Amino acid sequence: METKTLKKEVANTDKTIRISGAEAVIRSLLEEGVDLIYGYPGGAIMPIYDELYKFQDKLHHVLTRHEQGAAHAAQGYARVSGRIGVAMATSGPGATNLVTGIADAQIDSTPMVCITGQVARHLLGSDAFQETDIVGISTPVTKWSYQITNASEIPEVIAKAFYISKSGRPGPVLIDITKNAQFEEFDFCYKKCNGIRSYKPVPVVNKEKLQEAASIINSAKKPFIVFGQGVILGNAEEELKTFIEKTGIPAAWTILGLSALPTDHPLNVGMVGMHGNYAPNLLTNECDVLIALGMRFDDRVTGDLNTYAKQAKVLHFEIDPAEIDKNVKTEVAILGNVKESLAQIIPLVNEKKHESWHEEFKKKRDIEFEKVIKKDLYPEKEGLTMGEVLKEINNATGDDAIIVSDVGQHQMFACRYAKFKRSKSNVTSGGLGTMGFALPASIGAKMGAPDREVVAVIGDGGYQMTIQELGTIFQTKVPVKIVVLNNNFLGMVRQWQQLFFDKRYASTELTNPDFITIAKGYHIKAKQVKKREELVNAVNEMIASKEAYFLEVCVEKEDNVFPMIPTGSSVSDIRLS
Amino acid sequence: MEEKKTFTISVYSENNVGLLNRISGIFLKRHINIESLNVSSSEIDHVSRFVIVIYATEDWTKRIVKQIEKQIEVIKAFYHTDEETIYQETALFKIESHLLFDERQIQNIIKESNSQIVTVSRNFFVISKSGRRNEIEELYDQLKPYGIMQFVRSARISVSKEEMQISTMLKQFQEQE
Repeated sequence: METKTLKKEVANTDKTIRISGAEAVIRSLLEEGVDLIYGYPGGAIMPIYDELYKFQDKLHHVLTRHEQGAAHAAQGYARVSGRIGVAMATSGPGATNLVTGIADAQIDSTPMVCITGQVARHLLGSDAFQETDIVGISTPVTKWSYQITNASEIPEVIAKAFYISKSGRPGPVLIDITKNAQFEEFDFCYKKCNGIRSYKPVPVVNKEKLQEAASIINSAKKPFIVFGQGVILGNAEEELKTFIEKTGIPAAWTILGLSALPTDHPLNVGMVGMHGNYAPNLLTNECDVLIALGMRFDDRVTGDLNTYAKQAKVLHFEIDPAEIDKNVKTEVAILGNVKESLAQIIPLVNEKKHESWHEEFKKKRDIEFEKVIKKDLYPEKEGLTMGEVLKEINNATGDDAIIVSDVGQHQMFACRYAKFKRSKSNVTSGGLGTMGFALPASIGAKMGAPDREVVAVIGDGGYQMTIQELGTIFQTKVPVKIVVLNNNFLGMVRQWQQLFFDKRYASTELTNPDFITIAKGYHIKAKQVKKREELVNAVNEMIASKEAYFLEVCVEKEDNVFPMIPTGSSVSDIRLS
Repeated sequence: MEEKKTFTISVYSENNVGLLNRISGIFLKRHINIESLNVSSSEIDHVSRFVIVIYATEDWTKRIVKQIEKQIEVIKAFYHTDEETIYQETALFKIESHLLFDERQIQNIIKESNSQIVTVSRNFFVISKSGRRNEIEELYDQLKPYGIMQFVRSARISVSKEEMQISTMLKQFQEQE
């Protein structure tokens, strides 16, 4: 793997030097501590790439095979490292190819800065070669976007971009730089951004609201916590653990909250949502107090809002005021960073056990185990299940891998059955549901956490959406492990067709290529598994490999993910089969 | 189901390129039609003010205001009902000049409606009328039988009856910085 920690240039805000806008971009990135960029060059960004060439000992550039790959790789890097991912592309198609990754980062609150080249200022609006209004296109899916047309704007705008992207509720920022601004010379000096007049990223925690929330928690008989990615983004994992251990409240996670609490923690009661666990979904409609921590009541979590937790007093701990009462009406809203608000409420809450309430979770978990989990993890039928593949990955990695999953049935199996000991270990496209996310995101994840095992779990559909990134893996020698769970179907859509469209499998069956030959074409070690008795050894061999490794597991063709809450149904209507 | 009403949303913001696109996108995303939109300078130097009129439920209006406030360049956004604001629109009516002399009633209409003659030329004259929407519509109905060559109505401008305290807020921001 070529990536290494590169020497950071020392910030010097006092001196000015006369340099080009292109060099100013590189120097600004170095001032922000960036040492890794994912991208793809082209006409309108060539001056910046020329400077990158000169600074290659300080700033490592990973050439992906498509700009979408660059954006997802930057996301993967950001999600595991907690730093800002940086992606770069040229104007026009280069810029528009980033958009899917940007939209994904926006909905999943991933800090990312994208830099795009743009045609020269005098050509703007003339439909020049490779001109698109990328600021206009990306506006609805960015936290902030800005077009630079003069070189002198570069340091201030980049400083602002990094501040906005990472502070408060993180998100993607796009900076579009015209080609003339890249060539122009100006007197460069860099000052980091510490605040913007109109932007207050973290609301101050209201102590009276905390008291009110604590009093409700203390008098609750059946309290229940649902935590989301806000816990991970706010580095509040320890506070979450202390809070639940003191109050004895069962805690469930959203898909992006996964790994904030170790899987085997006794108070961890599983996943909420459409394919979440039976107990936390069902008991959402029986709890008397619902405590939402750093989560946004996504429709995949709530199902029908008219029947969601109507009996409960809802306490919402959230950094983004726009999320309060957006979907679910709250009794008390605690605005602020969840790390800070949890730390402040812990002394105010009483120690409790809630044993009989826990017993209800256990009873329902036993039902789910008998009807679903047992057949997923310990199947008696001949065909391999996705669940048992995840179980073997857990075994081979000691429950300590970073699992990067794509979108579809395999994603739900991965999120249900992958086990985690550490936070920032689950990387998946939650809000946007972007097929093609996992392969490039796993490259970024491995570069963001080089000492950890990174396993990408992908379906045969999503794999082929960004399969070209095998070239990036080959070139960078990044040792990611790729598991394709191949059922020759767009499995999740097929499942819906089976359940809700009378088995009319319209355009969901895939005739796949020889994945092993393709992997080998990229000089990546590869193996195919078709039988159960081959699985354990193959997974172990993959994990033991020091290099990238591709494992294709041919799984049962028409397996389904259960439990399931059909779209628009109540969480109480969760189906086990 | 909550009743829909007319709400006036006031947005104080930095005067930056592209913000209009961001703000209008918030309405577009929710499929809510903007009935009227005005952007101008405000009482504070370098701070712009948007006045946006929508017809929606209060619940939706609240959510939209929160989304608007979330935008980086927005300092603060408010929403008010018609009863809580003083608001006006301005309209211009272009009418053939001879009517001013041939149709005596036109002069009465101008006088009674408190509108003003902006200009008179050989071929046409222009009346300006400021007021609430219904007053402008009433004048339109009165003039229509005589023939209106051109008609245009501005967006609503509005000030709230209660104080918006933007200056205090900006002062606090500066002190914090």
